[in-house]
Amino acid sequence: MRRVAVIGVGITEFGELWDSSFRKLGIGAGLSAVGDAKITADKIEALFVGNMSAGRFIRQEHVGALIADYSGIARDNIPATRVEAAGASGGLALRQGFMAVASSLHDIVVVGGAEKMTDVSDVESSLIQSSAADQEWETELGATFASLHALMATRHMHDHGTTREQLADVAVKNHRHGALNPKAQFRREINRDVVLRSPMVASPLRVFDCAPSSDGAAAVILCPFDIAKKFTDSPVEIIGSGQASDSLGLHHRKDICTMAATRAATQRALKMAGLSQKDVDVAEVHDNYTISEIIAIEDLGFFPKGEGGKATEDGLTSLDGDVAVNTSGGLKARGDPIGATGVAQAVEIVSQLRGTADKRQVKDADVGLTQNVGGTGATVVVHLFRRV
Amino acid sequence: MATAPRYWRENPSRYNMVGFKCNNCGKYYFPPRIICPLCHRKSVGKTEPVKLKGTGAIFSFTEVHEGMDEHYVQKPYIVAMVELEEGAKVTGQVIDCDACDLSIGTKVRATLRKLSEEGSAGVIHYGYKFVPVRENGERPGDE
Ligand SMILES: [Zn+2]
Repeated sequence: MRRVAVIGVGITEFGELWDSSFRKLGIGAGLSAVGDAKITADKIEALFVGNMSAGRFIRQEHVGALIADYSGIARDNIPATRVEAAGASGGLALRQGFMAVASSLHDIVVVGGAEKMTDVSDVESSLIQSSAADQEWETELGATFASLHALMATRHMHDHGTTREQLADVAVKNHRHGALNPKAQFRREINRDVVLRSPMVASPLRVFDCAPSSDGAAAVILCPFDIAKKFTDSPVEIIGSGQASDSLGLHHRKDICTMAATRAATQRALKMAGLSQKDVDVAEVHDNYTISEIIAIEDLGFFPKGEGGKATEDGLTSLDGDVAVNTSGGLKARGDPIGATGVAQAVEIVSQLRGTADKRQVKDADVGLTQNVGGTGATVVVHLFRRV
Repeated sequence: MATAPRYWRENPSRYNMVGFKCNNCGKYYFPPRIICPLCHRKSVGKTEPVKLKGTGAIFSFTEVHEGMDEHYVQKPYIVAMVELEEGAKVTGQVIDCDACDLSIGTKVRATLRKLSEEGSAGVIHYGYKFVPVRENGERPGDE
């Protein structure tokens, strides 16, 4: 297997971008990544696009070809592939690109992720997100995507004593980080009261426990590690990639306070990198709900099971904490254009490891991690990155 | 919302809580599966459909206020994960009670109710919902 490096990153603003179409977003992120890598379009050998549900959000399928076409790279007839695993679509697209370069099939690969969510109503958006769960045996019996995470939260509070305030602290921290990110959807700090007084979505989760619907796109350029310095002085190596699956329905899991797929994907990525959790300085995790971040930092092995809430409350996951979690603002504050999210996580980690994260820079960040979740944990993709 | 054929296909399980028993390992599953995820090929030919009792206890629950189509269900409503006596867990609504009456461990039983309608003159879909088991006039949740 060849070593693989990221030589360019690009990201659009995230938010309710009513004047931006899906294709405009995808191309914007791609162009800025290509510009960052200082490559010309004719060097690109393949494109992978993470996207969850363009068919339902904008009634457009076949978005791999669409992005290749409007980026102007289809005229070279390069392979363009759409990758779907609900919320993990972007992370999985990155893994496909990584494998394509690692296997020597391609040299220069573009990995993009995009979603245009705000053309549909809030209820429609919620129903589309719920299709990441088991449609026949969860959604049609009344479960929304938020309610399934609420089931995890209720049980986590029961089994581990996690408090309502600790859930709020995840949102407070991620908004504090998001306020330092010029591309974030929400760039405003909030306090516990704002979370605790926001309208109920699915008890105990309130509006400020949930990531928003967002439009946005992100892209990264990959190439073999050995030639990365030809393009940039600051390449970042992808040193580990792990993917795992679990039952589609949450009710089939023995323990709904644990995502076994996160544990498996993490072990696989760490083994490939020859590292342990202690080596990770900065992490972007899948906080689509506040409870998701608490479960993630436990299953990633940063904290023991049941202590994620306390660790958050104690500031251990803040910018200056033991491991800085979601420095971009996470899904909660940066925004969650579903297919783009996994790629946006990689963009943030690369910025941190290059030392270009400005006000939210983690000091001496050497190793970074991304954790991207599909559904309620039926697909998890974990990547590890290192500064070169 | 699902189409009528999709609902009809699931009717035996939706109406009667017909699950699946693997006679290789003895585990119960709901809804039915074709193979046992624990026994894989060893379960082939050793499985049978089984009507589950429909009684169990709340494993986790939530009161849903947002995110579901109003034509589908009146808000707020309660969604629970129920651990059935046979050991399988299922997701469904809990009715005839308030969220404050419930806690993890509250005993419930399945009952056949209307799940949704397709449009104003559409097909009505039925399936299981759960109701708390009330004994000796006690309110559910009373310890
Ligand atoms: Zn079995």
